[in-house]
Formats: sequence, C-alpha cells, structure tokens
Amino acid sequence: MRKSILLTGVAAVFTLALAGTMPVAKAQDLIFLSTQLRPIDEAQKVRDVILKGAPKTSYVVDEPSPFTVRMKAEVEANKHTISLVGALHGELQPLLPMGALDPIDDVAASLKDRGIPAGLMELGKLGTGKQMYIPWMQATYVMVVNKKALPFLPAGADVNALTYQQLAEWGKAMNEKTGQRRLGFPVGPKGLFARFLQGNLYPSYTASMVTEYRSAEAETMWNDFKAVWAQSNPNSTSYDFMQEPLMAGEVWVAWDHIARVKDALQQAPNDYMVVAPPAGPKGRSYMPVIAGLAIAKGAPDRKGAAELIAHLTKPETQLITASEVGFFPVVNATLPATLSPGVKLLAEGVAKTQTAKDAVVALLPVGLGDKGGEFNKVYVDTFQRIVLRNEPVRATLDAQAEVMRSIMAATKAPCWAPDKASEGACPVK
Amino acid sequence: MPTSRWLPYLLIAPASVFLAVFFAVPLVQTIVLSFDGGTAGLWGNYQRMLGDLNFNASLRNTFMLVLTVVPLQMMLAIGMGLMLQKMQKGRDVVLWIWTIPLGVSDLAAGLVWLAILQNTGYLNTVLFHLGVIDGPTAWLNSETPVTLFIAVVVAEIWRSTAVVLVIIVAGLQLIPKEFGEAADIFGASAWQKLTRVTLPMLKPSLQSALILRTVLAFEVFAAVYAIGGRNIPVLVGEAYVWQRENQNYSVAAAYAVLIMVISLAATAVYLRLLRQKPEAQA
Repeated sequence: MRKSILLTGVAAVFTLALAGTMPVAKAQDLIFLSTQLRPIDEAQKVRDVILKGAPKTSYVVDEPSPFTVRMKAEVEANKHTISLVGALHGELQPLLPMGALDPIDDVAASLKDRGIPAGLMELGKLGTGKQMYIPWMQATYVMVVNKKALPFLPAGADVNALTYQQLAEWGKAMNEKTGQRRLGFPVGPKGLFARFLQGNLYPSYTASMVTEYRSAEAETMWNDFKAVWAQSNPNSTSYDFMQEPLMAGEVWVAWDHIARVKDALQQAPNDYMVVAPPAGPKGRSYMPVIAGLAIAKGAPDRKGAAELIAHLTKPETQLITASEVGFFPVVNATLPATLSPGVKLLAEGVAKTQTAKDAVVALLPVGLGDKGGEFNKVYVDTFQRIVLRNEPVRATLDAQAEVMRSIMAATKAPCWAPDKASEGACPVK
Repeated sequence: MPTSRWLPYLLIAPASVFLAVFFAVPLVQTIVLSFDGGTAGLWGNYQRMLGDLNFNASLRNTFMLVLTVVPLQMMLAIGMGLMLQKMQKGRDVVLWIWTIPLGVSDLAAGLVWLAILQNTGYLNTVLFHLGVIDGPTAWLNSETPVTLFIAVVVAEIWRSTAVVLVIIVAGLQLIPKEFGEAADIFGASAWQKLTRVTLPMLKPSLQSALILRTVLAFEVFAAVYAIGGRNIPVLVGEAYVWQRENQNYSVAAAYAVLIMVISLAATAVYLRLLRQKPEAQA
C-alpha cells in the first residue's frame, strides 16, 4: 500500500515537472500565419529582413489545406491564437463563409495614401461591401522560354507576341528536329493548370471565364489546344513546379506562376527569356495573382496586426519583398536596378504581360466561398476528358457546363472580369 | 492485495478510451458526414462520387492492384518463409534484411522507385549504358499505362511483402516438425508435402495474413501517388483529392465509407473461405 502511494507521488511530481518545462504561449504573441513564402529560406528572409522594424511577430507558415483547417478549428472552438493571416485570394475566400475574417475598413482607410490600385482593393472585398483583406503582394503567370528553343520558332512569329497556333507549330518543329516534345504545362496534382485554363486560355478565345463556357469559340479553343498538347511533354501530368523540368532540360517552353519558375531563372538567368503568354482571337489574357493580409475575427492582438499590415505595405518593405522573394509590390514603387538577374527577368516578363497591346485581365474568381476547389475541378475535368481521353468536345462542354451551373447556383456568385457583371448568379449560356 | 473485481476493466480502460476517442468517434462522424448531402439529400455525396470522372478508373485500378499484388505477395512470402526454414547459418541476417522494408514509409518507398524509374532515373541510366535504349525513356506517364501499372505493382510488392512474410514465418514455426518428417517417411514429394501438410497447417496464419494484407491493399495510396500522381487514380487517392483540392469533405467521407465497406466484405469472404473446421483445431 505504501509502495503504491510512493509510486503515485513520484509519478505526479514527474508530470508536474515536465509540464513546467513546456513553453507556454503568451497571450500577447502576435502570430502571423501565412501560406505564402513557405520554403525555409524564404521564411527566414521574412523573419530576418522583411519583418525588421515591425512589431514583434511570430511568423508561422502552413500549407493551404492545413491552413484552412486550422482557421476553421479556431472559429469552431472559439479559441483564437492567430491575429494576422497572409494567403492567396483563393485561400482567403473560403474563410469568409466560415466567419473567420474581421472586416478591416478602418485599416484600409489608414492606408489610402499607399496607392494600392482600386481594382485590387475591390478584390479585397471578396464580393462583400466591406474590406476583408488588404492586398499584400502580387504575381502573375508567365511563359518561360529556354533560349535553345528560339531557333525553332516558326517564320514570322514574334516570341513576345505568339498565338496558340504558332505555339503548336513551334512545339511541332522542336519535336521533329530534336525528337522530344519540349512544351510543358503544370498539370500535376499540385500544379496550377486550372489557372491557365481560367486565366489564359478561356478569356483569350471567348473573352469570358464562365458565361461562354460551352460556346462555339470554346470548341475552337479546345481543338486548338489539343494541337498544343500533342507537342507537350507527356510528363506534364506530373509537373507541379515547372522550374524542375526547365532545369532538367526536359521542357524548353513552360507556362507557370512566377514563383514556381524563379529557381530556374536564378540558377541560369542567361539561358532563359520570360515572355507574355500566347494570344487567342479575343486577346492576350492574363490573370493577376493577389496575396492578401487579413485579420482573424477575434484576433488576440488586432492593433498589432493592423500595425503589421501597415509595415508590410510600406513601399520600402514591398521593394525588399520583391528583391528577396520575387513577389511584386501592390503599392506605387519602382523596382530598383539592383535586382538579382533572375528576378529582373521575371519583372520584365510581368511588365510585358501586363502592358501587351492586346492584354485582357482575367480576375481570380470572387464569391465562390468554399467551392473554389470544385470550380477549378470543372476546368481540369474538361481538359482531362477532351484532351487526354479524346471525348467529343461538344458533349463534354455541355456536360461540364451543367456542373458549372450547379456551382454558380449553389454559391450565387455574380460574374467577375472578364465576364460582364450579372444580376444574381453568373449564368452559363 | 485482494484483486478488485474492477481491475480487469480498469486495466483495459485507457486503451478502450483511446480507441473510442481516436477511432470510434471519428469513424461515426465520417459515416454521418458522408450522408450529409445538403440540398442533394441523403445520397447526394454518393451520387457525386459515383458520377465523378475518375471513379470508375479508381475502382478498377484499386481492384486490379489488389488482385495482382496480394496473390503474388502470398506466393513470394510462402516461398521466402520455406527458404528461411531450411537455413541454419545466417537465417537471422536474411530475415532482418527481408524485413527492412517494414520500417520504410509508403511514401518513401514510392519515392525510391520513382527515383529508379523516372526518365533520368537509375534504370534508364543502366539501360542506356547497356545500349538497350538511346535516351531518357518514359515509363511512368499517362501514355505508358502498362509500365506504370507494373511499376506500381513492383513498388508495392517490394514495400509490403515483409508484412506478410513475418506472419507466415511465425505460422511456419508453429507447425510441428513431426508432420513433415512423417510425410518424408511415407515418401511424399516436395510438392505433396507443401500442399498436403504445410499449407493446411498454415491456414490460420494465411487467414490473418490475407485479411491484413488485403485490407491494407485496398487502402493503397502513398506509393501510387508518388510514382503515378494523377495518372493512376485509386480510391484513397480520390478521397485525398476531394478533401484537399476540391475542399469537399463530404464526398471524401463517402469514398472512405466505400473503402471500409469493401474491406469488410473482403474480410467476411476470407473468414468464410479459410475457416477451420472445429475438429481440425488442436
């Protein structure tokens, strides 16, 4: 009996001692949770360089899926540890129906002099009337061309102003002369191919993302793209980040997000060119990617979070962010001439994309709530059926348009650029 | 100290609570979630699952993988176990080497085979030096479904035969030597000895190994995902995609319930087919 009391006592003391050595999260810690700038070296740059001069912050990174789960958990448990959230527009969207975001019209008002474009601030409202996030950084998708591919350009084609037909011909020439298909797209499980279809391909042919989903122009578009795919490296269905196949020489012409080709450009800047994406009959469409800063509802330190937003949107900080991690400023700030060569190539490519004569802006989807993933699935499934499985174009488009209609009806999301504004849910003609 | 009547229950209480909290409750929650079809009604999620683009392919691939991998592994494991029985010197070392894959995670095993089989991988390097191929050859993309399937089968066999082997080795050690010796005295050939003596006595172990391996095989995911990505959909892979990319937890739950039902059915089949008659049990 005495032995058991002694044992219990020892166990209790031991447990208490262990508990005492555990670090206890102080309630005043300003926690900044971000899905961007995740790789260790980028996160260190954020902590050491970008956050210098800001209030004391704990910078935590998470992948998009666990990020959403964590925010949901905090809302449902009503226990809030995160004050500031930094994520892509598409990742902040599902937080809105969860009630995880705090309206920040006051913060927006204090940043009026920064010169953030009105279009971006409008995106930051996520379809509501209130400011839900402040734009933090922007990026876009570009085409990276290995200079080895240039001799195979079709006659009369300008690499900075290609059409999709010229792209297919170029791919065919490379295939015939080098025996390998050298075009590449990120169609892997974590690739951003859905954004290519939504932001580049569809608007270039149909001047729309949703309404003209099954139009005759869309049919032409898919048939033209089949020709491009026939000259694309079949390993594209495994590519998540195009920098790897570019660096391996498997692919000479790639489309991807600027952050996912940066390593290839930094490693060998003299080997590459960054150009605007190809154009279709209705223009040269591109999709700007916006990362935003939002304050969590019930944040433990709202004031600190607001100060952190002010710090991160300062022109000086935005320029440091651009030169360190290759995401471009949202505020009025001219990029210095001392950028690293890889980032400089990207900056030039982005400028060419945004200032092309026939440029068309296709915005990220707005108002889809947590159906953003299923919205992307409609496009990728259409690609799988028409291009990979060779199903009849018209029948597939009609079937997929039905799925699109049900998503629009469920979310009641009104149309966004390049579609014309609509009353009520965006229709699919 | 007099044994309290409650002592056995108290002793298993921590494990039971653990299982209840981390297993039973999430299981029930998943089943409930899969029936939460919102506006589409009770079976909404199942209808979406069945109508999905990749459903038929994922079902077919999963069954093909199970029906190919499990029989091959059982034969391999029985052969390896019998070989181990005949060995005296070095038996422990060989057994240890053969069970190394047990310590390797599914995903790591998949990545190892990806490194071997990808365009610029070790296999192609060897073949190139032997002059069999003249450049990086693709084995693992959507245009080579047969070699992709074979690659996944090889990786799965490499990775998980050890699970079955360990059970078979334990079962073989339980067979009394006298039966084998009696068979030899009566002039049985090696094949007769295997089929008339060893395998029937191995039935309980075979049953355990088959049930365990088959249920795990229906949940094959990480190795397939590493090697084939989206090119070879399987049931758990589809559940993963629905939860992570499409952010629709309910349809993912429907897939999980489907896998559970298939596993339960397979277990029931094995229990029936491999049951021991009461007289045969010692």
